[in-house]
Amino acid sequence: MRGVFSYIGRNRSLLVGTLLLTALALFVGIGTLFVDTENARSLSVPVLQAPSWDYPFGTDRTGRDLLAVMIVGTPLTLRIGFIAGILGVGIGAVLAFTAAFYRGMTDTLIRSIADIGLTVPSLLVLILIAVSIRGSLTVNEMALIVASLAWLNPTRTIRSQVLTLRERGYVELAAMSGMGGPEIIFRELMPNLMPYMAATLVSSVSSAILASIGLEVLGLGPMDAPTLGMTLYWVNFYAAMINGWWWWWVPPIVIIVIVFLGLFFVTIGLDEIANPRLRKSA
Amino acid sequence: MQAVYVIKRFGVFLLIVWVAATLNFFLPKLSGQDPVRTKLLQEAAIGGNVQVGMEQMVKEYDKRFGLDRPLLAQYGSYLYDVGHFDLNYSISSYPRTVKELIAEALPWTVGLLATTTLLSFAIGTLLGALLAWPRAPAWMRYLMPPLWALHAIPFFLFGLILVYVFAFKLQLLPMFGGYSPGASPGLTWDFISDVAAHSILPALSIILVSIGGWALAMRGMMVTTMGEDYVVFAEAKGLRAGTVFMRYCVRNAILPQTTALVLALGQILSGAVLVEVIFGFPGIGALLFHAIQENDQFLIQGIVFTVIAALGLATFLLDIAYPLLDPRISYRRT
Repeated sequence: MRGVFSYIGRNRSLLVGTLLLTALALFVGIGTLFVDTENARSLSVPVLQAPSWDYPFGTDRTGRDLLAVMIVGTPLTLRIGFIAGILGVGIGAVLAFTAAFYRGMTDTLIRSIADIGLTVPSLLVLILIAVSIRGSLTVNEMALIVASLAWLNPTRTIRSQVLTLRERGYVELAAMSGMGGPEIIFRELMPNLMPYMAATLVSSVSSAILASIGLEVLGLGPMDAPTLGMTLYWVNFYAAMINGWWWWWVPPIVIIVIVFLGLFFVTIGLDEIANPRLRKSA
Repeated sequence: MQAVYVIKRFGVFLLIVWVAATLNFFLPKLSGQDPVRTKLLQEAAIGGNVQVGMEQMVKEYDKRFGLDRPLLAQYGSYLYDVGHFDLNYSISSYPRTVKELIAEALPWTVGLLATTTLLSFAIGTLLGALLAWPRAPAWMRYLMPPLWALHAIPFFLFGLILVYVFAFKLQLLPMFGGYSPGASPGLTWDFISDVAAHSILPALSIILVSIGGWALAMRGMMVTTMGEDYVVFAEAKGLRAGTVFMRYCVRNAILPQTTALVLALGQILSGAVLVEVIFGFPGIGALLFHAIQENDQFLIQGIVFTVIAALGLATFLLDIAYPLLDPRISYRRT
């Protein structure tokens, strides 16, 4: 355990990223204990109050306490990201292993689909999907929509990684000593891929959050959920910027920036673990 | 052999267009929405009468639009229409066609995207190359961390901050739109400078955010390239530092960057759509936002189709140009 901490101390990107995300988790965790989250609903507090002792983050035009909105909304946005990211990497990993292990037609097919899918701007396809199932979305449905395209990038990156690992001596040795395909995948390849998959997961979570915020800003999100993206949608809807209600849009922007920076630094840090050549000497 | 490569790439392009058209056709069908009935019900709710003949009207319109035919026949005629760039009428601004609306918005988006992508790619790549170069001025190192951090933020969020600082607080630049409300569009100096002033902030929010990514990737490639034997040899020969930098290092390190550019086009576009919404820039993104607000299905589908097809075309052209940049990639390999 001491080794883990001293390593994190040396891996500065990982440290910064973890600290940012921990700070956010503390904000949400402590906030839930002390702030009445019921005030994240419309019409529960006076409208358009600038930050004051009673309402440290101020209130918006529909009568929501923005501190409560942030405390409820941040985990919702992260939830969308994590559900979509985990599904994306899971599906991606299965496809990637299938492709890289069985080669031939399967590989060509999976690789072509992923390659072509990646050149298509994903936000537009997501818009098409979201519009088609109009009606009021829930946060989980939102996550599923985003997940529908989230597997493309993981498939591509994990596949190429598996392909390089596959040629290593120890895989050959395992095959010669009579291990079957699935056994090689789980006992020989997986452990070596773990840090790499973790980095892919974090970056998938980050792009899923980006995609979900994009959809929400366009007005295709869960209308009654106080996610960070929906808050920005209302900011845009009520032209909060031009009206000078700065306290409405500063908190969601700051939190979103913290989320993206945190995830970005963690990805870089995990890359460093996955690829020791990037490591700085202690 | 060249022909085979070009034909193969063109095949991929056609495939993308076909996929886009197919998604456009089947996704809305899957939802079981009935655009005609919804629209009629809406009109009836507004007018407060005409409830009586509703079913006949729905039937009549279905016949008119060919919606009563079997699905495959509808799909066939949809593909035919799309192939001729007939994207139907806009529901929200009725007598106008989707094609007209898109044709109006497209130049704005193409202008914004082409300028910002090229500028950020050029600046970022050069910056990244210099960052890896030991003889670059020392102050450049301080540029990297802020650009790096910016790179992790979505375009439109940074755009919001720029609007607040430069348009709202300092009032240096216009806040909203593509040109001033009173301006008459035309090729006059006034109008062009007006458009330029309105474009600065949207462009900056894309450029400043993108530079970091390109610089980061380029720096990595440069470090690898500078370790190559031919670079050491070039230096040993006593070539001028500038020559070694441009002709030996950058020339080689830029190749993977170009591939990355092709792959990034879709993402840049997704980001630019939101930038346009934030700035009310009269391009495809703002039009799409309007279409979503009005639930104008045909317009949304038309935009999605056009943009995917246009990007497919851009990818195709870059793919064809790539072997010209890198002679090692022969046309024979795909």
